[in-house]
Amino acid sequence: MKPIQSLLFACLFWCAASAHAKKITIAAAADLKFAMDEIVTSFQQANARAEVDVVYGSSGKFYTQIQQGAPYDLYFSADIGFPRELAKAGLAASEARLYAFGRIVLWSAKLDASKMTLANLTDAKITRIAIANPKHAPYGKRAEEALRASGLWEKVEPKIVYGENIAHTAELVQTGNAQVGIIALALAVNPKLASKGGYWLIPDHLYEPLEQGFILTKRAEGNTLARRFADYMGSKPARAIMTKYGFVLPGEVVGK
Amino acid sequence: MVNSSDLQALWLTVRLASTVTVILLLVGTPIAWWLARTRTWWKGPIGAVVALPLVLPPSVLGFYLLLTMGPNGPVGQLTHALGLGLLPFTFWGLVVASVFYSLPFMVQPLQTAFEAVGDRPLEVAATLRASPLDAFFTVAMPLAAPGFLTASILTFAHTVGEFGVVLMIGGNLPGVTRVASVQIYDHVEALEYMQAHRLAAVMLLFSFLVLLALYSWRPNPKKGA
Repeated sequence: MKPIQSLLFACLFWCAASAHAKKITIAAAADLKFAMDEIVTSFQQANARAEVDVVYGSSGKFYTQIQQGAPYDLYFSADIGFPRELAKAGLAASEARLYAFGRIVLWSAKLDASKMTLANLTDAKITRIAIANPKHAPYGKRAEEALRASGLWEKVEPKIVYGENIAHTAELVQTGNAQVGIIALALAVNPKLASKGGYWLIPDHLYEPLEQGFILTKRAEGNTLARRFADYMGSKPARAIMTKYGFVLPGEVVGK
Repeated sequence: MVNSSDLQALWLTVRLASTVTVILLLVGTPIAWWLARTRTWWKGPIGAVVALPLVLPPSVLGFYLLLTMGPNGPVGQLTHALGLGLLPFTFWGLVVASVFYSLPFMVQPLQTAFEAVGDRPLEVAATLRASPLDAFFTVAMPLAAPGFLTASILTFAHTVGEFGVVLMIGGNLPGVTRVASVQIYDHVEALEYMQAHRLAAVMLLFSFLVLLALYSWRPNPKKGA
């Protein structure tokens, strides 16, 4: 073969290969950090050689990035509102699907938070309480709602510090810079955090349900691997992992 | 046009940058002087440490500061023992972080200015019986005046531009640690693009004016040295 022909051949081959992309990129809310890692591993075991990259961050940031054409195939938001908006704007290849309800907990790395309630936050010994920024983080919004519903917001507000997202909030508590924090149950049950302190589940009647939703983005249209991953979220192994991390799944009863 | 919380963030930014500039003038000047005059082998390592914040990602600085200034870190235990409380989530915590972060922007221009002064004027001062301290204040400092101005402007501007470290250790408290760069980030995250635009425009204009002042004034070094 002449060099030019072999080059064309290589190009053709490469194009054909990329059309059957064996790789997807997922943008996931920070509360999914540990759960999604496990789901991806289990998905890869079931789908040999599937390459899956996950990027964790705040739901709002991903929303903006996808609007600007970010190369994500799936978008798992902590608030179904964002994927719904994207679907409405024609930027999705699927409806926004509800995948879980999030729960919030009081967590501390030092104190035994399992013996605490929100009322303990007024203790003089507690000087810093970390929550995610309610302005744009869904978990932060729910934390503020729970504190307001318990009539504690005015009393504890001067002690509150704001994390950029829910994982950063957990980090502020883990390093001891805040004695307690309100974080996602999904993070608190991870062995790394569960080995320290303890957590107390905040009653869900104190805050609006944290409906978490995902979409396939416009970019993933026709991408079979992305579609397979979306379907996998409804599978038994994936649901078991989500349950293990404290998520309440669609179709289950929210409550104790 | 700009609402009150934005104004608060801008004012806080100005306060932070001014405080850091003053502290760094006091801390950075002796370091720069020493670096410019010394001949020991220490010069290399110390110069490298001073320059570290130029290349280190803010996340590295933020991570270490969060650990060392926290209740379990050495600095945290020291400030706690001194009755100063803990530094993260406070204005002074940001000041400490920014002093590290902006250190090279103060030291390096000063060092260059001091080196440009050279040994000769100081030797002359010595023959006129000026003590080293005297010679520094009456000879070296006036000769290095343009360097002081450049260093101060750069330090101030660089502190205004700080973001990552503040986000990591600040806790986003209005009026305390929520500086303009963080406020813009929050606006964007909350999809408040209009407010983000306004504040971002203020920052853009400010930065341009600072640099314009710096560069329009600079091409005339003949008078200085």
